[in-house]
Amino acid sequence: MNLLVLMRMVPDVVEELEIAPDGKSLDREALRLIASESDDHALEEALLLKERYGGKVTVVVPDAPEVGDLLYTAAAKGADRVIRLRGIKTGLGVAALARSCAAALQATPGLLPVNLILTGTQAIEDLDGLVAPLVAHHLGLPYIGVVTAVTEIADGKASVVKEFQAGYRGEFQIALPAVLGVQSAEKPPRYVPVAKVRAAMKSVKIEECEVPQPTPAALEGIEVLAMSKPEVAGRAAMLEGSPEEVAGKLCDLLAERGLL
Amino acid sequence: MAASIWVVVEQWQGQITDISFEALALGREVADTSKATLEAVLPGHQCAALAEQLGCADSVLCADHPALAEPVPETHAAALAELARQRQPRAILIPVTNTAMGVSTLLGALLDAPAVNFAIDLKATDGTLEARCVLYGGKVETRVRFSKQPAIIGLWPGARPADQGRSDRKPAVEQVQVSLPSEARVRLKRYIEPEAGEVDLTREDILVAVGRGIQSKDNMELAEELARALGGELCGSRPVVDQGWLPLSRQIGKSGLTVKPKLYLALGISGAPEHVEGMKNSGLIVAVNTDPQAPIFNVAHYGVVADALELVPALTEAVRARKG
Ligand SMILES: Cc1cc2nc3c(=O)[nH]c(=O)nc-3n(C[C@H](O)[C@H](O)[C@H](O)COP(=O)(O)OP(=O)(O)OC[C@H]3O[C@@H](n4cnc5c(N)ncnc54)[C@H](O)[C@@H]3O)c2cc1C
Repeated sequence: MNLLVLMRMVPDVVEELEIAPDGKSLDREALRLIASESDDHALEEALLLKERYGGKVTVVVPDAPEVGDLLYTAAAKGADRVIRLRGIKTGLGVAALARSCAAALQATPGLLPVNLILTGTQAIEDLDGLVAPLVAHHLGLPYIGVVTAVTEIADGKASVVKEFQAGYRGEFQIALPAVLGVQSAEKPPRYVPVAKVRAAMKSVKIEECEVPQPTPAALEGIEVLAMSKPEVAGRAAMLEGSPEEVAGKLCDLLAERGLL
Repeated sequence: MAASIWVVVEQWQGQITDISFEALALGREVADTSKATLEAVLPGHQCAALAEQLGCADSVLCADHPALAEPVPETHAAALAELARQRQPRAILIPVTNTAMGVSTLLGALLDAPAVNFAIDLKATDGTLEARCVLYGGKVETRVRFSKQPAIIGLWPGARPADQGRSDRKPAVEQVQVSLPSEARVRLKRYIEPEAGEVDLTREDILVAVGRGIQSKDNMELAEELARALGGELCGSRPVVDQGWLPLSRQIGKSGLTVKPKLYLALGISGAPEHVEGMKNSGLIVAVNTDPQAPIFNVAHYGVVADALELVPALTEAVRARKG
């Protein structure tokens, strides 16, 4: 089984996000980047499939600051090849990004064909499209997203579970090769000790791969007018004090509403 | 011919979803201000009877094909692309749901047209369309202008009240044929029913909701004690369920339940749109979070910037003391 995982670095939203002076973008200098959460699940699902069916997992990530950490961590978790794609900027501009990634996959000898391409179902900065369906489109492959399990792979087809709503799910059959947008892996992403990542840094070689035509992170047919903190109808009234004081105030509020 | 604005209507278990009516309400406003007609597009199979409910639109296009009975994004995108090529709408509004995940993106790719996700508003000004989209887990809003047609807008839940998109008027209904490949590459094999929860959380008055901020499985106990003291039930966000700390039957949000308790106490939940979608109409929302910028404070009525691990035991004790 040949599995390719396409991952991406995105801003860590636990940190404060600063708008750049142009008022139209994030101040990327001030950002801490982490692996997109559902990409992490895509990697985990690929590793679980490798354990089940055997084969090889290749992780491909567009270049970004700290991308090395992500790739070494992936290797420490069990990825067989880790590749950095040069010449693509992350950020807004998913349509351009996905086109470049698809072109790079096609142009790099030995990468395609694979049985499955797995990537996150959605990332927090996917303004102009989602990576999974776009890569599928450019490679001419079928796609399904919000995947939470791969139940069977046989006869050139995979059975996958997709989440709908209110706890309803659906089992789909998809012809291989295919692109899956993974929502969550069947198990939480594995933890890998720092020592193992350090060992990977010494033993694993990150392969470099040049995108045939470098693309800026740009939007197509869309112009960003402004970026701002959300406009809200009303913000919460904030309660302050020691935990005991706040607890008392909350109890008062609940009592007033007959909730205690 | 007047320009038209399309709203793609989504069905779930034979019913038109609320978000489709929300999209119709917004589409109506945009069509009126830009002197365009509003057309509802209903992809499906033998579902023309549903078209009667779409009177908010000037007309309904029923795109009928057996393959469209299955919620397969690439099949729906292919059908919509075929119709859009023939009829050249100015804009296409598509609800952003798990079911439709990928449809707007694929449609954009097929039509070589710009597609945005996560839109919460759309307006027409001086002949151009402007959308407001929520990014970065609800922390940033982006205003964008389309410079190419058709503009494809993935619409987030809550843009307008669903009732505003319902109407008793009978719309003009047109049946259209679409040609799709005879062999679909993706097929629905079966629906899987929700795992039965031990309790029906949608009927509870008090919910204590736990997010990743709870940090470990052991700490779940703290929240559980608080829920017990309050006489409520425990629920949570996706990461907590993904970690296996709570069953899927207790997940609130886009893929989980939509709840409306009298009290929703959110502990260590950031307030990502996918979560907020499932709890925003709760009677009283109280949020506890260490991050003063957490988007949950934009929907909460009361907020506390605090470590939930410190506040929760104090609150449990205070509640117990009050209850005697
Ligand atoms: C298709 C799709 C469907 C989805 N469906 C759902 C869904 O149904 N339900 C759902 O919930 N999510 C859903 N999500 C995921 C959603 O996007 C968010 O990732 C998720 O809601 C985040 O959960 P969280 O708030 O617990 O975690 P985070 O976003 O990581 O937030 C944790 C918060 O805890 C705070 N914190 C940390 N430590 C403490 C402490 N000691 N005390 C207090 N606060 C602390 C942090 O400041 C942070 O704000 C879906 C996503 C996708 C793409």
